[in-house]
Amino acid sequence: MIRNPKDLQRYTAEERANHWVVGICFILLALSGLAFFHPAFYPLVQLFGGGVWARILHPIIGWLMMIGFVVMYFRFRALNRMEPADREWLDRVGEMMDGNDHNMPEQGKYNGGQKAMFWAMSVCMLLLFVSGIILWRAYFSFPVDVVRLGAVVHSAIAAIMIAMIFVHVYAALWVRGTVRAMVYGTVTRAWAKQHHRAWYRQVTGKS
Amino acid sequence: MALQSLDIARRSATTTPAPGVRQTTEVAKLIDVSTCIGCKACQAACMEWNDIRDEVGVNHGVYDNPIDLTAKSWTVMRFAEVEEKGKLEWLIRKDGCMHCADPGCLKACPAPGAIIQYANGIVDFHQENCIGCGYCITGCPFNIPRISQEDSKAYKCSLCSDRVAVGQAPACAKACPTGAIQFGSKEQMKDYAAKRLVDLKARGYDKAGLYDPAGVGGTHVMYVLHHADRPELYKGLPADPSISPLVSLWKGFAKPLATVAMAAVALGSLFHYVMKGPNEVSKELEDEMEKEDAK
Repeated sequence: MIRNPKDLQRYTAEERANHWVVGICFILLALSGLAFFHPAFYPLVQLFGGGVWARILHPIIGWLMMIGFVVMYFRFRALNRMEPADREWLDRVGEMMDGNDHNMPEQGKYNGGQKAMFWAMSVCMLLLFVSGIILWRAYFSFPVDVVRLGAVVHSAIAAIMIAMIFVHVYAALWVRGTVRAMVYGTVTRAWAKQHHRAWYRQVTGKS
Repeated sequence: MALQSLDIARRSATTTPAPGVRQTTEVAKLIDVSTCIGCKACQAACMEWNDIRDEVGVNHGVYDNPIDLTAKSWTVMRFAEVEEKGKLEWLIRKDGCMHCADPGCLKACPAPGAIIQYANGIVDFHQENCIGCGYCITGCPFNIPRISQEDSKAYKCSLCSDRVAVGQAPACAKACPTGAIQFGSKEQMKDYAAKRLVDLKARGYDKAGLYDPAGVGGTHVMYVLHHADRPELYKGLPADPSISPLVSLWKGFAKPLATVAMAAVALGSLFHYVMKGPNEVSKELEDEMEKEDAK
């Protein structure tokens, strides 16, 4: 990819580092968590040094992810406020998926889908954290019915979260020129004008 | 403890059949609460045979000692003082694993081979495969397994699977001085219980009955109770135990559903890419930017 001095800065180094701390934690948590969820995934514990290590590490990585996500939440919260244009975008997401995004409503730094994803992830993270603490038998002891409910919530939300992350990653890969924003921070002006025109106007001052 | 290997009915976190060519008789331990004198010989025999010594505890002001099951005390006598028809009844129940036909611990366990159910009905923990997550505690309807503080493994009564494998009765049954703990085939134990119930009913315990709860498919540790209509009297023995619907949802329905859903999203993404192609920046916009730079 050619780096052009006129490329637009989309993420600062701190934002990128923050994102990848959460991202790496999430991948490790998904791999170890799936191992405890379904026998088909149990061999994944080998990536962590065996079942006992996976059990020990999973909640610790969970804490790390939670801390990282809280920081990220406050970083990006204001940028993800839902606006009428976002709702319209979401209503017409089918057109976007169909591959024709030229008539989509103009979007700021984030589109409606990204904002919806941000809030859904925030809710999921909170639920995962609370239910995860409930399941952490090494340090906590809750009434058994609470633990049972925690187990259902933790696994259901984790499955939803993994599916959402697939969508998140796929969206980044599908929309070409996006991944570089999270790798070295910049996007091309053409990319910005096509996908986030309102943001493009705001940062360049052009029409 | 893995002495048997060809007679495994179920193995935790395993989706293919376990080795099960050898068929063995279903066994059961029958605990006749009405003839138990609370001497704790069974507790002593248990620690002796299994060669585990719990820490010497403190007196809690009641006869229960230790006060609860631990990773090192796999059976405890629970003493309940109950007033029935104006008379005090001292109900003494030997608590420990019930060896359910449908074991909640095994259903919940994520570690392959950490929990084994033998064809004879014994549910055994294989600690070398245990990862210490405590899901067995979450799955158990009787609150039996305990995680050791020392090695983070789960422990509970093995029904002396090692003794039973070589034709011996469990240590507790062997030690019981009043014959309150009987051991044999499940059928024999039911017959024995039926005789005991005739006796108890003749003595006025018209609600006497056998505790072999159907909600967990029956158990391989059964009780003869004088008040079978109210098992809760015996220090909270559950009246109708079964695997919690939450556990069934978590380790039953949710497992294939979530796996298929996650796979569908991943594959759906791939096929979307293949069928719709990437979403690229339009040529027009690229040209526009180039022109802008050329100025």
